[in-house]
Amino acid sequence: MTPEFVSLSNNWPLYLTTMIVKILVVFVVVILIVAYATWLERKVIGHMQTRLGPMETGWHGLLQPIADGLKLFFKEDIIPEKAAKFTFLLAPMMLLVPAFITFAVVPFGPDKVIGGYLVPMQITDLNVGVLYVLAMAGLGAYGIVLAGWSSNSKYSLMGGIRSTAQMISYELAAGLSIVAVFMLAETLSLRQIVALQMEPLWGTISFLPNWYVFSQPLAFGLFILTSLAEINRTPFDLPEAESELVSGFCTEYSSMKYALFFMAEYANMVVIAAIAATLFLGGWSGPFFGPINLLLKILAFMFFAIWLRATMPRVRYDQLMTMGWKVLIPLALANVIVTGVVVLLMQ
Amino acid sequence: MELLFFYLVALVAILSAFMVVKCKNPVNSAISLVMTFFCLAILYVMLYAPFMAAVQVLVYAGAIMVLILFVIMLLNLGPEMMERFQHGVVGGAIVAGIVMIQAVMFVNRGEMAGISGDVTRDQVLEVGHMELIGMKLFTEFMLPFQIAGILLLIAIVGALVLAKKEV
Repeated sequence: MTPEFVSLSNNWPLYLTTMIVKILVVFVVVILIVAYATWLERKVIGHMQTRLGPMETGWHGLLQPIADGLKLFFKEDIIPEKAAKFTFLLAPMMLLVPAFITFAVVPFGPDKVIGGYLVPMQITDLNVGVLYVLAMAGLGAYGIVLAGWSSNSKYSLMGGIRSTAQMISYELAAGLSIVAVFMLAETLSLRQIVALQMEPLWGTISFLPNWYVFSQPLAFGLFILTSLAEINRTPFDLPEAESELVSGFCTEYSSMKYALFFMAEYANMVVIAAIAATLFLGGWSGPFFGPINLLLKILAFMFFAIWLRATMPRVRYDQLMTMGWKVLIPLALANVIVTGVVVLLMQ
Repeated sequence: MELLFFYLVALVAILSAFMVVKCKNPVNSAISLVMTFFCLAILYVMLYAPFMAAVQVLVYAGAIMVLILFVIMLLNLGPEMMERFQHGVVGGAIVAGIVMIQAVMFVNRGEMAGISGDVTRDQVLEVGHMELIGMKLFTEFMLPFQIAGILLLIAIVGALVLAKKEV
């Protein structure tokens, strides 16, 4: 007899405890990754530019994120006099919260049997999981827009306006590239998408897993490119282009509120990495224990994003828009149509 | 418990809808409208329509409201425009009140038609909300779906024509 899933109705104390433990563990792990992603970024870029990066605090600068956090925490918190106060306070939170709550649907391991009940290693399995991820990614735009507007400074406003245009354009292409994946999977639940990817490739090749990156290489490329643009990572970081906009939408922010923007950037990176791993690279499946596989995939993606930052110059605003609307969206649409035809022919 | 939760969400929805009208600053109005959309999404979830909830957040809160904010920021209204005309609000409030009284009277006087469709709650839980919508949309409601598409295409072409005039 297979044990049934634990739920609020069959064993509520176990359900509540496992839920709280899962939420705490995921939250702490994500916070840790976010903190050490700043260290990783400085180290990797340093070595790519033949520097050493942080070396003084701790062994090879390992305590640097803690030192940075303490420094930012004790800095004076300045709110500009002519800023819209409430919106100014709200903006960093509206950027950070959607990034964190996206993790609620990311599966990170095989089901565990605890006390005769199955406990899924995922905070919640929504049957509209992928749409939830897209919706939360869309909400992230508010943080930047409001930060740009409420600061009442021209650099911030320019950064905010650029970011809105960029996010709206690239959200479309990102969404369309994911459509191809769930046309193959015929489900929107991330848990089932991972389960489907553990089967042999196309049902025939037994030594390779059925990762969707093999069936949908174009969608994978489009997703990586568009999501990097959506979270304003470096080849597309026009909203905070230092050379023209000082620091873009976060010019007027200081102390912990500035740190929140920083954390949100890295948290978004971790989210994109986790989603890319789950949708295209088999999620937690792999040679090691579930969560370790997912962590390795996330770290590989982070390294790739940092590598891109060290390599690519920033694109121009009109280039960005032209590429989004005239290249990426038509490609994503064509990919959806081709996938549809192939799926229909295979049936 | 569920009823209590419903009242809480409904209270927040009504309060934020009121703030949309009442806020002096158009950006605050827009944020309040986002809050209202969120509450509607929660109500959809409570009605076993998770797909509608996701689309509500994705399309209305995520895309349309960001565009509205974008326009407000681009227009960059001066302080004299920020002050909303209070008599307009009073007129709107009177009209809204009359409409609400009429709606309540109609609901009170009329009887429930007692017609229910062939989709039940159990079916939604078993087959999935999205699958049901997809099947209906591409079989029974194919024509309205296509007409909506053409309507959007016309809107896009119209916007292009209007915007191109100055170039």
